[in-house]
Amino acid sequence: MSAVSKQFPGVIALDGVDFHVAAGEIVGLVGENGAGKSTLMKILGGIHRADSGTIALEGVPVVMHGPADAARLGIGIIHQEREVIETLDVAGNVFLGREPLWAGPLRLLDRRRMEADTERQLVRIGAQISPRTLVRRLSPAQQQFVAIARALSMNARLLVLDEPTASLGASEAERLFAVLQDLRSSGTAIVYISHRLKEIEALADRAAVLRDGRNAGVLQRAEITRDRLVQLMVGRHVESNRVRPAHAPAGEAGADTAQLRIDRVRTQRYPDVEVSLTLNRGEVLGIAGLIGAGRSELAEAICGVVAPVSGRVLLDGQPLALDSPRDAIRAGICLVPEDRRGRGIIAPMTLRDNMTLPALESYARLGLVQRAAETSAARDTAAALSVKASSIEAPVATLSGGNQQKVVLGKWLALEPRVMIFDEPTQGVDVGAKAEIHRLIRRLADEGAAVVMISSDIEEIVAESDRVAVMHEGRITGILDGSSSTPEAIMQLAIA
Amino acid sequence: MTRKELGVLLLLVALCAIVAIASPQFLSVTNVQNVARLVGTYGMFSIGVGIVIITGGIDLSVGSICALLGVLLSMMLVEWGWPAAVALAAVIALGGCLGAAHGLLVARLRLQPFIVTLCGLLLYRGAARYIAEDSTKGFGTGHGFEWVRTLASGSVVGVPMPFVLMCVVAGLAWVLLHRSVFGRHLFAIGHNAEAARYSGVNTRAVITWAYILSGILAAFSAIVIAFYTNSISPASHGNFYELYAIAAAVVGGCSLRGGEGSVVGIVMGAALLQVLRNLVNLLDIPGSLDFAVMGAVILMGATADQLFGGRLRRDDG
Repeated sequence: MSAVSKQFPGVIALDGVDFHVAAGEIVGLVGENGAGKSTLMKILGGIHRADSGTIALEGVPVVMHGPADAARLGIGIIHQEREVIETLDVAGNVFLGREPLWAGPLRLLDRRRMEADTERQLVRIGAQISPRTLVRRLSPAQQQFVAIARALSMNARLLVLDEPTASLGASEAERLFAVLQDLRSSGTAIVYISHRLKEIEALADRAAVLRDGRNAGVLQRAEITRDRLVQLMVGRHVESNRVRPAHAPAGEAGADTAQLRIDRVRTQRYPDVEVSLTLNRGEVLGIAGLIGAGRSELAEAICGVVAPVSGRVLLDGQPLALDSPRDAIRAGICLVPEDRRGRGIIAPMTLRDNMTLPALESYARLGLVQRAAETSAARDTAAALSVKASSIEAPVATLSGGNQQKVVLGKWLALEPRVMIFDEPTQGVDVGAKAEIHRLIRRLADEGAAVVMISSDIEEIVAESDRVAVMHEGRITGILDGSSSTPEAIMQLAIA
Repeated sequence: MTRKELGVLLLLVALCAIVAIASPQFLSVTNVQNVARLVGTYGMFSIGVGIVIITGGIDLSVGSICALLGVLLSMMLVEWGWPAAVALAAVIALGGCLGAAHGLLVARLRLQPFIVTLCGLLLYRGAARYIAEDSTKGFGTGHGFEWVRTLASGSVVGVPMPFVLMCVVAGLAWVLLHRSVFGRHLFAIGHNAEAARYSGVNTRAVITWAYILSGILAAFSAIVIAFYTNSISPASHGNFYELYAIAAAVVGGCSLRGGEGSVVGIVMGAALLQVLRNLVNLLDIPGSLDFAVMGAVILMGATADQLFGGRLRRDDG
C-alpha cells in the first residue's frame, strides 16, 4: 500500500500512509487509538475505499469494491470483534456466504465437502475442533481459530489480525502465536495489530508505527523494544500548549475538597479489580487508557447505568444508592456517554426536546409541559453553547457531530451538575467544536463541578486535565499530575 | 397537523366522498350515527394500543380483554346482582391490572411485548370461555342498570354516546401524549429507550403505564361493546379487535418501531376502518370480503406512503 489517504467528514484518518508486508513475514502494526490502524486495514479489506493512493498485490495494482473482492484476492481479515455466527456450526461459519452445493438447481448444501475442507484447515492450524460443533460452545480462542480457518479456506495469502489476543488467556495466546509462526514459515504474510507491545516484540519481524494517520516509523526485528515503540507512537508532543489556569484547590486541608469518592468499586467487566479514586471540586480528572481498559465501565458504575459488583460511590462523604441513571442525575452526577447516537441523543427528536429531557419536570406544571418556558430554556442553552442549527425545532439528526455533542452537554447544563463525566467527549468532532467543548469542560470545573474526562486522545488528556488517572485492564496503574503527566508517561502506564 | 395526519385525513375524506357518491344512503342520519358509534367504540381501545405502539411495544390482548371483561360484567350485573357503579369500577380496575401485569413483564422482566400480550390474548379468551362455561351471556331486561346501557346506545343531541366518550378520551389522551411530561417521555422511549434512560427518564414506569392505559381503555370499550352487542358469546366476542386497533394505529401514522404516532392519527385510522366496513355493506360487496377490502386499502395506503412519502423521511433505521 503506498501513499494511502482517507478522509472522513471532519477528520483525516490517513494521510499518505505507506505500508507493505512480504510473504512469510509478520509485521506488527501499532499506534494509539485513532492513529489510523483500523482504517488502513479496512481499506486493505475492501470495506473502505481510499481517497487516494494505491494498493498493489505482488506488484500488481488492485482495486477493491468490497470485502468480497479482498477475499478473492487472498486477503483475510480477522476483526477484533470476532465475526462468527454463534448459532451455526464451525463448518457453517467457515463456508458462510460461499457454501458448496450439490444437486445444483435444488441448491442443497454439500455438507460433506464443507466438513472435510473445514477439517483440513483446522488440522493445518493444529486446532482440535470438530467441524460440527456449534460456535457458541467454543472458547474465544477457538472462535479465533475458526475465523483463521475461514480465511485460510479462502486461500488467504495475507492475513490481518486485529487485536487477536484481546479476549484470550495467556495459554490460548501462546497457541495462537504458534499457529501464526507456522503460517509464516509456510509463506503467509501476516499483519498483526496489537496494543500489547510484548507480543509485537515476541512475534514481529518488523513493526510499523502509525501516528495521527501518518507513518511514524518502522522498526526492524532487532530494534523492536517497548520504549522505542512508545516513543514512536507518542511522537514529540508540544508541551507548551498547556493553557491551564493554575487554580488553587478550593478549601484548605484535605477532606473538604473531595466531591466524589469511588471506594473499592468492582465492575462487571473486571470483577476482580477494585478501583478507588477521589475527585475534587473544581478539577478536571482525565482518565487515560486503551480501549477496553475499563474506563467506560467505571463511568457507568458512577452514573448508575450498570450497578457495580461491589463498592461504594460517595458524594460529599455520603454513600449513594445508584440503581439507575435517574438516581445519579438526582444526586447531580451526569454523563456524556461515548455512544452519542445510541445513548446521547434521540436523533429524530428536536433540539428542544433533547435538551430539556432530563429537566422536563422543571418546565412543567401539573405534569403538563409549559411550552414557552421550555422553549426559552432550550433557546438559552443552545445559545450558550453556540449550537449551530437552523432552529431548536430541527431534529438533532440533522446536526454535525460536534453540535450533537453540544446538545448532549446542553441536556445537563440546566441541572447544574456537581459531577460531570465525559466519555470521549470529542470523538468524531471537528476541530472548532472540539475547542469549544474543551472550554465548556473547563468552565464546568471552574464553576465548582468535579469533572471526569475519559479520552483516548492523549494530547487532549494532557492538555485539558489537572490530574490524569491511567487505567489498564480494569485497574488504575497510576495517577499523574502537573509536570509528570507527559504523553510518554501516560502511554507507559496504559500499556502492560 | 403533520404530513402523515394530513395524508390519512385526505384518504378518509376521499373514501367518504366515493362512498357517498356511490351510495346516497351513506350520508343518511342513521348510517352516520351507526358509523360514529362504531368509530367511538373501536377508537377508544385503538388509542390505548396506539400508546403502547408509540413506546415500541405492541398489545395483542385487547380483544380477549373485551371478551373476558364483557362476560364478567354481565355476570356481576345479572347473576351476582352487583350495583352497576361497583361493577363498572371493578371492570375498569381489572382492565388496569391486566395492563399492569403486561407492563411489568415487559418493563421489569424484559419479556418481548409480542409474546406477553399474545399469551394474554390466549389466556383471557380461555378464561372468558371457562368462566361463562362457553355459554352466551347477556343483560336480560337490564332492570336496575338502565343508565349503563345509555353508554352504548344513548346519544347526546343526536351524537351517539360512544363517539362522545371517545372524543373525551381522545381529548385527554391528546393532552397526555402531546402536552405532558409523560407523553414526551413516551416518545423519547419509543425513539431511543437507551438514550431516554441515560437522560434520567424512568423508562420502566413509563412503559408500564402505557400498558396500564391500554388495559383501562380496553375495559372502557369492553363495557360499551358489551351493551352494544347486548350478548356476549365468549368464544367470538371481541375477536380480531387487537388487529383493528393495530391497523388503526398504523394507518394513523404510528410506526411499529416506536416513537411515532398521534392521537388524531389513530382516531382517523379507526374511522377509516369503519368507513371501509360500511362501504362493503352499502355497496353490496359480499360481507365475506370485508377483511379483504380493508387489507387491500390499507396496503395501498402504506405502499403509496412508502413510494411518495419516503423522500421526505429521514432514515431512522
